Amino acid sequence: MIKPGAMLREVLRHMAKKPATEQYPFVKKEKPPKFRGKLVFYAEKCIGCNMCVRDCPANAIKITKKGDKQFECEIMMNRCIFCAQCVDSCPRKALEATKEFELAQLDPKKFKVVYEAAAPKPVENTEKKPE
Amino acid sequence: MGKVTIPIGPQHPALKEPESFAITLDGEKIVHMNVNIGYNHRGIEKSCEGRTYTQAMYILERVCGICSHTHATCFIQGVEEIAGLEVPKRGLYIRTMIAELERMHSHLLWLGVAGHEVGFDTLLMYSWRDREIVMDLLELVSGNRVNYGMNVLGGARRDISPEQAKEILKGMDLLEERTKYYIQVASEEVTLIKRLSKVGYLSHEDALKLGTIGPTGRASGVDTDTRRDDPYAAYPELKFKVVTDNHNDVYGRVIVRLGELIESYNMVRQLVNNLPEGPISVKAPRKIGPGEAVSRYEAPRGEDIHYIKANGTEKPERVKVRAPTLANVQSVAKMLENGYLADVPIVIAAIDPCFSCTDRMIFSIKNPDGKATGSMDWKALREYSIEWHKKQGVDFSKAKIR
Repeated sequence: MIKPGAMLREVLRHMAKKPATEQYPFVKKEKPPKFRGKLVFYAEKCIGCNMCVRDCPANAIKITKKGDKQFECEIMMNRCIFCAQCVDSCPRKALEATKEFELAQLDPKKFKVVYEAAAPKPVENTEKKPE
Repeated sequence: MGKVTIPIGPQHPALKEPESFAITLDGEKIVHMNVNIGYNHRGIEKSCEGRTYTQAMYILERVCGICSHTHATCFIQGVEEIAGLEVPKRGLYIRTMIAELERMHSHLLWLGVAGHEVGFDTLLMYSWRDREIVMDLLELVSGNRVNYGMNVLGGARRDISPEQAKEILKGMDLLEERTKYYIQVASEEVTLIKRLSKVGYLSHEDALKLGTIGPTGRASGVDTDTRRDDPYAAYPELKFKVVTDNHNDVYGRVIVRLGELIESYNMVRQLVNNLPEGPISVKAPRKIGPGEAVSRYEAPRGEDIHYIKANGTEKPERVKVRAPTLANVQSVAKMLENGYLADVPIVIAAIDPCFSCTDRMIFSIKNPDGKATGSMDWKALREYSIEWHKKQGVDFSKAKIR
């Protein structure tokens, strides 16, 4: 049957309902457990195999040797495409994708995050602050 | 009054992507239309040659924002064929599930865009709200809303837990109810039927002649679907029917896509209920080949083809992408012949174009005497591009090629 205003009832029905729009900056939605956000590096776990550097499609990771079994990691967040392939490639779980996604930045220098080298034994809270 | 040729695009409010159409008009009627592509060329095929297979997969995933899983899977299927990898059943099922979820969000997005182009914005608002259901499901399963990254050489990257499977089934019920409502709207709403019927008419013969594929072809009665004709991944084990229609116009394309949505819901239900146990991926070698493969995949917009040539190293020697819009875009000129200027946005939107997938360089370099030089090798092309950029004030002569 052909009739005009086929969606009219649906529209009227929604007048009493709350908007479907999410109130984003004020109400933040919980990210799913597999979300791929900002990367963090645990220097004490790194063995310097460079698998993350080899697999990164965007050349965003740089690992430099700072001493015996000590490696510094430099992540260019402006290059990162958040595929988290490095997290999968790492044999020692030295990289982790966090749920942090609000990474927009006016100062381009702040995109470069350096995780300083640490001794290879497991120590609590070794994650260094960005420079 | 004589004939007038007007340019539409590259920047035009009706089209979201830069593309140029030269339309010759006789009054309001379109006499002839020329399609010029190439404004979004990004050199993805070439950049794949400088990357390993894993890296190239992520680059190809970003060919298109909507069919990202399409390009990654199409590429990875070809590479697996060359390497002779046997992907575990569970991996194939998960891959197919993401592919069908992607088809749903693409078709629901298209339904909204089509509604918007004909001024039926109510349809746009509601169909996009419902699209959020499938977007949330994709986010739940893969981690992100677009560019899911669900593929790995030799299988799927992430497993699906029983809780997620339950959520997916719940989402399918909700979406099916909503899609049935849209089918009802499409068959009842008189403004929609009158606006879309006999617009963008492409007869069955013309559709065959122009080689249209996907929902565009199926709406003109071209009964092709790679999922059935050349089954890949888990499709051989699924029961589904290929939706075709004989309206031959934009209204037919709406019906085909809505019908495909219902088929997709059933397919995902079958996949979730029959998900086999076992590993999701096998270990793949870093060096692939030598060998070559052509991989076919039914994208939401039609058949996607990738050609991969491997030479035994970590990097592919050649990757060629034939996105579905490239096969369909020339049919727009035929559809709009004897049509009206006001129908241009909806007819172009009706093939669900993705110009960033389609764009490639078609460019003949001319000698000073005005004749084309024919083909150029990579070295000559590089020298030419360095010269060209020098004229623009940029010197690339010292730039290294990876």
